[in-house]
Amino acid sequence: MTTVSDLSSAEPVPNPNTTTIGRSSGPPTSPSQCRQRRPRSTTLRRMTLNPRRYAHHRDGVLEREVPIPTVAGASCCPDFGRLDRGLRLEYTSSQKFRQTQRTPTSMANSAIPQTRKTLHPTKYRESLKPGTVLILLAGRFRGKRVILLKQLTGGALLVTGPFKVNGVPLRRVNHRYVLSTSTVVNIEGVDSKVIEKVSEEGYFTKGKESKAKGEEAFFKQGEKPEKKQVDSGRAEDQKAVDKALLASIKKVDNLSHYLGSSFSLRKGQQPHAMVF
Amino acid sequence: MGEPDIQTSNWRLVEVGRVVLFSSGVYEGRLATIVEIIDHKRVLVDGPSSDKDKVVPRQSAALSGLSLTPLVIPKLPRAAGNGFVKKIWESEGVESKFAESNWAKTQGRFAKRKQLNDFERFKVMKLKKAVRYTPFMRSTNLPRNVALGF
Repeated sequence: MTTVSDLSSAEPVPNPNTTTIGRSSGPPTSPSQCRQRRPRSTTLRRMTLNPRRYAHHRDGVLEREVPIPTVAGASCCPDFGRLDRGLRLEYTSSQKFRQTQRTPTSMANSAIPQTRKTLHPTKYRESLKPGTVLILLAGRFRGKRVILLKQLTGGALLVTGPFKVNGVPLRRVNHRYVLSTSTVVNIEGVDSKVIEKVSEEGYFTKGKESKAKGEEAFFKQGEKPEKKQVDSGRAEDQKAVDKALLASIKKVDNLSHYLGSSFSLRKGQQPHAMVF
Repeated sequence: MGEPDIQTSNWRLVEVGRVVLFSSGVYEGRLATIVEIIDHKRVLVDGPSSDKDKVVPRQSAALSGLSLTPLVIPKLPRAAGNGFVKKIWESEGVESKFAESNWAKTQGRFAKRKQLNDFERFKVMKLKKAVRYTPFMRSTNLPRNVALGF
């Protein structure tokens, strides 16, 4: 800590753009020396508060004077806005994070924020098997009973009404907004190639980027909304998938009527006490 | 003013030999006989069923957790041991007698209803509707259970 007496001494005024480590016994030339001089907790606190000052520890070499970068944009901290959130298996266990040796170098590294969050592949409930009849609980088709075709990634499920039965098209649905029943429909005859095609990334999001936003949308407010153009390819895929489904649905009594009806809670029904 | 028809009340008495049903607790739904009356609140009870899931071990039970059934094992000796009770239980056919009663049948019906899955519930709803719209049902004003006799 600088005192009044220090300022009046013959020592040159320290350059605010440089950092110096230690005062009396010369610069530390190894991590062990650094450790001896100052308690570890203090070092860690200093590093956490001033990660940029201790950035030079990263290389394992301690320098006497290190210029703190003053150019805007040149920072040694990662861009907070775009932390990489991809699957990072090496950090899956937080244990591993804690086990890293507490050397000044690694402490400096850990002072620089790193994401501990990992994206794990979604774990779906046991009851969500292809062919299961599901009850949609939210969204445009809430209450509808639909057939599950496939588990997609990221928590999505591919379902279909079938369209002719209840008006629900090939659609993605979040597995958390869905009640699975114990009724299972045979989906063996369904064309797997079409399902593969529909499961591709971008099948459902293709046409959406071209929507007019911003000023155009503002000017368009008064006009009637454009009728949604359904891609004929989509309709064909729908028919291809539903053809086999409808055949197997017709084999079971009441099933098409059941899928055509909507679910709702009646008086006296308690979801937690009901078997689905 | 007509002649009053006086009948003695026909209560189900707490007595040695009375068949009881556990209405709550670990042994819910199981049958047992009263083997001895401990005090005005508790009885010694024993249910030596041949079915492993329906056995009630010999124990004192509070009457508040029991329901008295119309069945009685006649002339059961007070404080009879487990073996003797088991013998009489089987010879009287207590469990089969109870299963024939309306009580047991209603229990079974409601238990089945709770186990229905969504599709089955839908089918039941359709069947009920179908009955409601038969010419017979449409012609009466009687309540459904009376008209259909259950």
